[in-house]
Formats: sequence, C-alpha cells, structure tokens
Amino acid sequence: MTASKKRIVVAMSGGVDSSVAAALLKEQGHEVIGMTMQIWDYSSFTAKNGETFGTCCSLDDVHDARRVAEQIGIPFYVVNFEKQFQRAVIDRFCDDYFAGRTPNPCVLCNQVLKFELLLRRARELEADLLATGHYARIAEEGAGYALRKGHDRDKDQSYFLFTLTAEQMTRVRFPLGGMTKEDVRGHAVRLGLKVAEKAESQDICFVPDGDYVRFLEEERGSGQMDGEIVHAYGQVLGRHRGIYRYTIGQRRGLGLSWPEPLFVVGLDADKKRVIVGERELLERDRLTVRETNWLVPVPGEPIEARCRIRYRHGEVPAVIIPLAGQRAEVRFAEPQKGITPGQAAVFYEDDRVLGGGWIE
Amino acid sequence: MKQVYMDYNATTPVRPEVLEEMLPFFREHFGNPSSVHWAGRQVSGAVENAREQVARLINCSPAEIVFTSCGSEGDNMSLKGTVDALRDKGNHIVTTTVEHPAVLSTCQYLEKNGCEVTYLPVDEHGMIDSAQLEKAITEKTILISIMWGNNETGTLFPVEEIGAIAQKYKVRFHTDAVQAIGKIPVDVQKANVDLLVLSGHKVGGPKGVGAVYVRRGTRMTPLIHGGHQERNRRAGTHNVAAIAGLGKACELAGERIEGDYQRVRDLRDRLERGIMERIPEVKLNGHPEKRLPNTLNVSFAYIEGESLLLNFDMKGIAASSGSACTSGSLEPSHVMGAMGVEIALAHSSTRFSLGPDNTEEDVDYVLEVLPPIVERLREMSPLYKKKA
Repeated sequence: MTASKKRIVVAMSGGVDSSVAAALLKEQGHEVIGMTMQIWDYSSFTAKNGETFGTCCSLDDVHDARRVAEQIGIPFYVVNFEKQFQRAVIDRFCDDYFAGRTPNPCVLCNQVLKFELLLRRARELEADLLATGHYARIAEEGAGYALRKGHDRDKDQSYFLFTLTAEQMTRVRFPLGGMTKEDVRGHAVRLGLKVAEKAESQDICFVPDGDYVRFLEEERGSGQMDGEIVHAYGQVLGRHRGIYRYTIGQRRGLGLSWPEPLFVVGLDADKKRVIVGERELLERDRLTVRETNWLVPVPGEPIEARCRIRYRHGEVPAVIIPLAGQRAEVRFAEPQKGITPGQAAVFYEDDRVLGGGWIE
Repeated sequence: MKQVYMDYNATTPVRPEVLEEMLPFFREHFGNPSSVHWAGRQVSGAVENAREQVARLINCSPAEIVFTSCGSEGDNMSLKGTVDALRDKGNHIVTTTVEHPAVLSTCQYLEKNGCEVTYLPVDEHGMIDSAQLEKAITEKTILISIMWGNNETGTLFPVEEIGAIAQKYKVRFHTDAVQAIGKIPVDVQKANVDLLVLSGHKVGGPKGVGAVYVRRGTRMTPLIHGGHQERNRRAGTHNVAAIAGLGKACELAGERIEGDYQRVRDLRDRLERGIMERIPEVKLNGHPEKRLPNTLNVSFAYIEGESLLLNFDMKGIAASSGSACTSGSLEPSHVMGAMGVEIALAHSSTRFSLGPDNTEEDVDYVLEVLPPIVERLREMSPLYKKKA
C-alpha cells in the first residue's frame, strides 16, 4: 500500500456519498484532503436537510462536510467559487431558460467548477488525484482512460460527466463507481459517519424549494417574456406568462381546452411563443448537439451507439454523425419524445461513455 | 509537523496567567456579580478589578469602561447608540473605506435607516488625509468613526490629529482599537477619543469578551436593553470569567508592550526583508513606517491568496489572506480595493501577523518554505504563463 499511497483531494459536499468516498480512501492509506466548494451564499437561502438524488450531487452544508472531515481525521478546506458558479452555472441556467432551453446545471458545475477549478486547487496542493462521490467509473484502458457507468445502474451518474477530457481523466477518480447505494450506506454505518442517515431529495442545489420559476424571476426580474400559446399548425390558443415557465413535453398547467391532450412541443424565444401539439408532434427522429466532447478518438465516420437524451432516460439505439465545429447529429432508430434543447445527449457503447454534447 | 502561528490579528492564544485568573470563576466562584449576597460579592470584586486593569491600559477611569461580548458588539453599540441618542443633533457620520466590517456594515445599515455616511478614501498606503476629514464635516455630523490601526495592513491612523479635529468641531470620535490594543501604546486622553472599542482575544485574553471606553458624559442608547448592569449601558449578566481574563490580559499587555513588541517588530522586519530579498515581484500593502509592529501584508503577483494559504497550512504555517471575518468570500478585500491595489495583486494579498510567541526560527522556517511554494504556484498560474 505504501508504494501506491497517493495524495488525494476529495470534493466533499457533506452528503453520504462524498463522505464515504473520503473515508474509504483514507482507510486505504492514502493521504486524503477534503475540500468543499462554497458556491452559493448560504445566508441567502435555507437548504432542505438532505442530499440530491435526481440531480448530480448534493450541496448540503459546509458544516456537515467539515464535521465529517474532522471525524475521519483529514485536513479540510473550503474554497470559494461563488463568482465562478454564478457566471458558469447560474447565469447560463437563466440564459438557457430565457432562450427557450431547459438547462442542465449539474453538468456545467462538474465541467467548470469540479473538474477545472477544484482540480486546479488540488494540483496546487500537489495532489496526485481528485476524487468525487459520483457513481461512475474511470479505468485505464489501452493508452488512455475510459469513463464507464457506475455499477449501481439506478444511481449511475456518468451522464453528468461527459465533459471530462482525457487530461482530466488521468487525474480524477470515482471511488464509489463499483458500489451500490446500499454498499455506500453500509460503509457509512460501519464507519459511524454522522451523515449516514440523510434523506434524498430531487432538487437543483441552488433552487432548494424546486420553484425554479421564482428563482429565475428573482435573478432576472419577471415580465417581458409573456406571449402567445400557439398550436404547431398555427392556431393561437391562448397566452402564457413567460416561456421560461415551460419545458418540452410538459402537459400540465397549459390551461387550454382542446379535444386531445396537448403538450409543449417547442419554445420560440424570439417570438415569445410556446408551441403546443398532440402527443405525436413530440416525436423527432434526430437531433443535433453542440460543444461535443469525445471521450474516445473523434470518429472519422458515423458510428452506432446508444444515446441518452436526459438523465432519467433509457438509452436508445442511434447513429452518431460527427459534424464540423464540434457538432454532431444523432439519428435515432425509433423517433424519440421530448427532445429538449439545453439538455445533454450522451453517447454510450454498452457501459462506456463515448462522448456527448448539448442538444440544440 | 512544525506549526508556526502568524495570524495574531485574527486571534491570539490565551496567556497562561490569564487562564489561571479565569479558572476560579468556572469552579467555586459561580455567583452573579449583581447579587447582594456572599456569592455575588465573591465575584463582583473581580469584575471591578478587571475594569481597573482595562482602564489603566488605555488611561481612562474605570467608570468609563463598559464590558461587552466582542469587538463587533462594541462597534455596533457605539455607532447605533450614538445615532439614536443624537438624533436631534444630526445624522451624518464620517468614516473611512477601510474600516472593519463591524463598522462598515453597521454604517450601511444606518444609511438604510436615515443616516448619511461619508467614507473617506485612502492613499496607496491605506492612509487617510486629515484635511479631507475636516472638509467632510458638516453641521449634521455627529460622529467620526476611524480605526486606530487597520487589521489587514496594519496602517496606523493619525488618531491624535483626528481627535483634535473632532474636538474642534465638537463631533464625537469613535475608534475601533481592537488591533492596536496591546501592540502599541493607546491613550484615550492624548487622542481625545470619546468611544474606543477593544476585544479580549486579540490581546491574549479569551474570546467572547470585549470592552468599550465610553467617555464620561457621553449620551448613548444601549444596544442591549435589559437589566441595570454596566451603569445601564449594557444589559446582560456579566461573563465574569472572561471579564477577569480580559482584565489580566490588559494588565500583562501594559507591562509588556515595550519589550514584547520591540522583539515582534524585529521579527516582522526580518520576515519582510527576507521575503523581499528572496522573492521577486512582491508588493508591500500598507504604510512602510506608520504600521502596527506585528503586521506584514504582501502581495505575490500572479498567485491567489487562497492557494497560498492552503499550501501554507499543509506546511503548518497559519497566515491569512485578509480579515478572518471576510475570508469566506473571494471578493478581493475592500481594504485592498480602497488602496487602489490592482485586482490581481489584491487577490494575492497575504497577511502575516506575528506575536510574542514567535521566534526567529519561525521566521526562518517561513522564509525557507515560502519561495518554492510561490515559484510552484506561479508556474501553474495562467496569468504568469501569459506574461512569460
């Protein structure tokens, strides 16, 4: 063990997963340093007591993380990324909604905060590796590293990690990748970690009450974005109070009377229009992504893969066609419902992540 | 691992004599000093003794000392209490842009509640211009609030000049002397101060206790209403042990200022010289001469203070990137901003604040550890690369 003993910074949120990750690495004899990113002014809101589940990671409390670090006996630092979080995550979150997209802040937080800024902090402390509590696996494969799904398929978070670069993968580790949530809770109990019994919630960390509309209006002000609700075939059916209140596939809360159930099938920010239609109008057989990141050598020709178009979506067969300018086209074998601009499309081959991009 | 503590402006270790002084009040002497019976009598003497000890250190009468829970309370009490009591006289406060948050935030709060506040600018050394202070005073001015020594840079303000101006215009003068107490001689008569705030844990006393000198005859509304403690100026059962500790700490500080702080100054200067000699592109923040003897604030170009502090800590060195009260935030310090320090340098500002327990060995250890860390962090810095 001494030979492979490493200095590892663990990104600690105060939740069960990252706490167990830190404790296990310490148990394995590594020199572990805990770090928590302060990304939000905690005095401005009260977070619910619990970790997030539907999203990527948890933002419980600096205090919880600190207490766990004390308990397992590792140095612990809080690093302040409030400004960067505002710029890279929150501003884009708002921009996306106001442009008719439905954003995925967790991916951005991983990309810009965890695997860029926090990794830099880790390297400044001469750490060999940065570890997080994500349910995914990074394994050496041939000349480089492969990103694979977590062993616990129900918890798998590889979708949120598609932006990892080859360089980052040499320095990032996910100690929980081979475990189930049950295993992790078991370790937490065995180690007597104070966070073992925390509940899980489904909210975005900076919108703890789930009311993202109110969050957007507090950030950017309300009004200005109201307009017409229009059927995909052109008929004006009503009015709405801001396109950011809607997301593709939404059925509830439209307040329209129509012989058949209507769904949001499009959002036109320029015309401030919410476009609705019958179920079949939700279906598309292709999409394009931008800012595509490949975790394998960029394919020279179309490849067959399985594609996931949101976190809770079973992958479906598709052909991925790399395009110029870091774009790619995804053609599905079967038409898909609810393709949502702003979400990520991630490509898999079995459990390996091949790449991904942002749906246009 | 070797541990070197150079963050005395954040807090200081409790001196052994101070601890001894406090212990009986956690044990047998449990009484409430406001009680008339024997249990109260056992401790009321200790509170009054402490009052005398504090008064002696700053040259005032014991009756002019009000015990509080901390420096921030003292500042809040002084500002809010003055504004409330002098409502009919005016609503204008003159302060500086580099005060401690306990004063600045209180001023901002008071602005929301009908006060007008003038924030005097400072020059590149963090120094104010007394002429500007004089110009800022209007008929509505009721209070000048200017600190004795700055917590981040150590810059010492011309309190005697300020006191003279305050006297000339009959304006009340409040000074946050939390950092000056115990490090340099502080005399409220010479400086013509009306309200002076100090804190226990910055002078080798315990945390959770402070005092305000309130010049006799200064009308002020209490911040904490309640019982009749502290001549009705501050309600709340006395924190007897901490007050006794504060008193002892002030007594020791008075005895030792000269010897201790000459030695501390020598160590600080050795550190300053050593850094300047060993590391290129370092900037001193603060006044070259008019400065607390223990404080050294420097910026290492191209580096973030936060990275430096984490690396220091890994080597057992405790320093700070500014006030401990603002270190939760990565905004460059308001003090650096006010001094016109450019943002990149402000981000890298690092404060070493030494104390009587530091040794030459400590200084040499820092001088040995620091250059390779700075070099390594500069190598990793995007700003440094751009320049190269």
